[in-house]
Amino acid sequence: MTKKQIEISAQDIEFIEKPANQARLVKAPEHFISQELIADINANGLDENRRGFLRKGFMSALGGAAAGLTAPLAMAAGEGDPAILEKQEWQTTLGKNVATMPYGMPSIYESNLIRRESPGLTRVSAASVAFTPLQGLFGTITPNGLHFERHHQGWYNLNPETHRLMVNGLVKNPRVFTMNDLMRLPSVSRTHFIECGANTGLEWGNVAVPTVQYTHGMLSCCEFTGVPLKVLLEECGADLKKGKFMLAEGGDGSGMTRTINLESCLNDTIVAWAMNGEMLRPENGFPLRLVVPGVQGVSWVKWLRRLEVGDMPWNAKDEAVHYIELMPDGSHRQYASIQECKSVITTPSGGQQLLDKGFYNVTGMAWSGRGKITRVDVSFDGGNNWRTARLETPVLNKSITRFNIDWVWDGSPAILQSRAMDDTGYIQPSIKTLRNVRGTRSIYHNNAIQSWKLDSNGEVSNVQVG
Amino acid sequence: MYKLDKLTARISFAALLALSTHTAFAQSDSAKYPGIGRHATMAEVAAWDIDVRPDFKGLPKGSGSVEKGQAIWEAKCASCHGTFGESNEIFTPIAGGTTKDDVKTGKVASLKDMKQPQRTPLMKVPTVSTLWDYIYRAMPWNAPRSLTPDETYALVAFILSLGEIVPDDFVLSDKNIAEVKMPNRNGMTTKHGFWNTKDKADVNGSSCMRNCVPFVQVGSTLPDFARNAHDNIAEQNRMYGPYRGADSTKPPLAKLPGASGEGLAHAKDTHSSAKKGPAALFQSENCSACHAPNAKLVGPSITDIAKKYDGQSGALDKLMTKVKNGGAGVWGSIPMPPQAQLSDEDRKTLVTWMLSGGK
Repeated sequence: MTKKQIEISAQDIEFIEKPANQARLVKAPEHFISQELIADINANGLDENRRGFLRKGFMSALGGAAAGLTAPLAMAAGEGDPAILEKQEWQTTLGKNVATMPYGMPSIYESNLIRRESPGLTRVSAASVAFTPLQGLFGTITPNGLHFERHHQGWYNLNPETHRLMVNGLVKNPRVFTMNDLMRLPSVSRTHFIECGANTGLEWGNVAVPTVQYTHGMLSCCEFTGVPLKVLLEECGADLKKGKFMLAEGGDGSGMTRTINLESCLNDTIVAWAMNGEMLRPENGFPLRLVVPGVQGVSWVKWLRRLEVGDMPWNAKDEAVHYIELMPDGSHRQYASIQECKSVITTPSGGQQLLDKGFYNVTGMAWSGRGKITRVDVSFDGGNNWRTARLETPVLNKSITRFNIDWVWDGSPAILQSRAMDDTGYIQPSIKTLRNVRGTRSIYHNNAIQSWKLDSNGEVSNVQVG
Repeated sequence: MYKLDKLTARISFAALLALSTHTAFAQSDSAKYPGIGRHATMAEVAAWDIDVRPDFKGLPKGSGSVEKGQAIWEAKCASCHGTFGESNEIFTPIAGGTTKDDVKTGKVASLKDMKQPQRTPLMKVPTVSTLWDYIYRAMPWNAPRSLTPDETYALVAFILSLGEIVPDDFVLSDKNIAEVKMPNRNGMTTKHGFWNTKDKADVNGSSCMRNCVPFVQVGSTLPDFARNAHDNIAEQNRMYGPYRGADSTKPPLAKLPGASGEGLAHAKDTHSSAKKGPAALFQSENCSACHAPNAKLVGPSITDIAKKYDGQSGALDKLMTKVKNGGAGVWGSIPMPPQAQLSDEDRKTLVTWMLSGGK
């Protein structure tokens, strides 16, 4: 340490050693500079003469501490927090230039919070899932780099200059649009959640995965910008009386195809090119994807290249072999698309470790594919008693709503749950309620209340009650 | 536009291409959004509109035998799906789980069996059009859109024969495909309330607030083997803030760690010590704020430094010390600030690189 550091440290020690009830506010050094000098510097700038005045001001602010210059440096535990008493590297060296990272990245201390695969979930990584680390997110918006990934035949960086959108089928004018065309059209920006129909699908039979990243991480929420589907279809003269359905097709190898129910989705579907203020990420469909609010993610076709209006559903592979729900009687529910009202506590959540007893802000996310969240209740005793949480505003349609609730943990075991309600009057069900109707093999659309068990050692784990 | 369609329909493909570049491409007949978009040519629609619906709208003419399908299968499909579509190595088996009786009833009986280990595509798919559409559009896995319509007919015929839906000498074509009876053709329902927002959901929860479940029973917990199956959870959470991740490589803690988080990993442990190249370090550690490769900025250029110390013994140590503690006087009066933040390893990498002239 340099002499100057000793000086400051000694001052701080003296201050901290005073009992709390005798503590006094010490003015920051700039307040020891006379008003005249400040005015002079403002008017005429700094020269050597004025610098001299400044130095004197600082020295008198430090006052008697100068006597401590030769004091030994050893900081006994009782003297204070080294994070305060010792100067940090970032105070004493030159910081980095602007644009050192021309596209900014999170702090190196955030490197644990990344998208991850669930080992053994899928057989090949080109047709797999990378889950969003919900356990570390705040608010409602998913950072673009953490938006979950689900591809059916790998992802590409499509060239936006050669990307085309074709609209055909039951339309007067089959048309082709370039990105230049589309981005000239009247656009809207709307915040919506996207959830894979198979989110929480591993938990139908029993607890299978440790953390909220893997139980609920096929969920993200972004502000999407694009042209309303209706504008495009009307522009092409779509016959919406006969054409109750639309095929959306992707430009990737899988040629992803999904039937969109126009009767249900025409009014809020967007042909989007942007997420959270920048163009779509390639993993999320750059340069064009369909945004079908409230409907499972598979219908939000990425690398969107064609829309075909038709008078019946298509029974594409991902609506006749996958994304179908096996019921106890051996039949499959087909075209189950709406993501029903659901919520989950994200912190504390499975696999997390509390350090100590005391106050916690328990927080999570709630969303509904049918409308707005109206209420979220939280239970700390496995669903026996409930308290209503605070909803953070604005509460948006078919979007994530953040809830918070105060809690003082007394150190005894607890089971945390949240249940959401939406403006259709629907209440998020228990896993037992769902199983009674749908059995345990449906894979898709598990919107059950999630339970997190907190043990007295502070560790939270994934459990199911009832 | 209707006229143009009729015209283009009568001319050959080559002529169409020539025409479309000159006329159709320039068309924009929008009243509402003038200048935006253009008419799609017939050839363009034909090239992209390859989907086949359950009523076989969109199905191209053609045919293929089971025998021919088997030959293509062995060459292009068996490596992933197994010789008889039974492989479970890469993808779920294509065939299996269906019976002759299912073909009669149109409902796969094994789907009711809770012990049925897997659900093969043939057990689920209700429409043969789905197989045709998907294989033609997306297979083989690593070379989608490389199959001809006839090859696709042959492959679909082979898959159907694996499920004993058609005999081994069957030839599938656009003429007879509608007669194929899929074993699960009656197995689907859309009566569930999740296809249209107007419909009602099948379940609803409870809004009870007090004494709702007097006896709470834990029915399922994470199996021990799954505790660390997703790698160490400690490394998937922040190492500061109200919560850490539990170290799943070890058994749960015996007691609460306390406010200091004793025994748990710390934020500094997240600092990646990943090796960076010297040029990247030169940028990220801000050396480039004052030094350039060839030109003098605030400090000397790398070329000049390399020249000055060329062949000098002890130059590495000398400059390592200078970078760490800072210095002045060698290149002028402007001092170089100390770079205490650099690890010894990074410092050595940088100085070695500078002495080599940035090579």
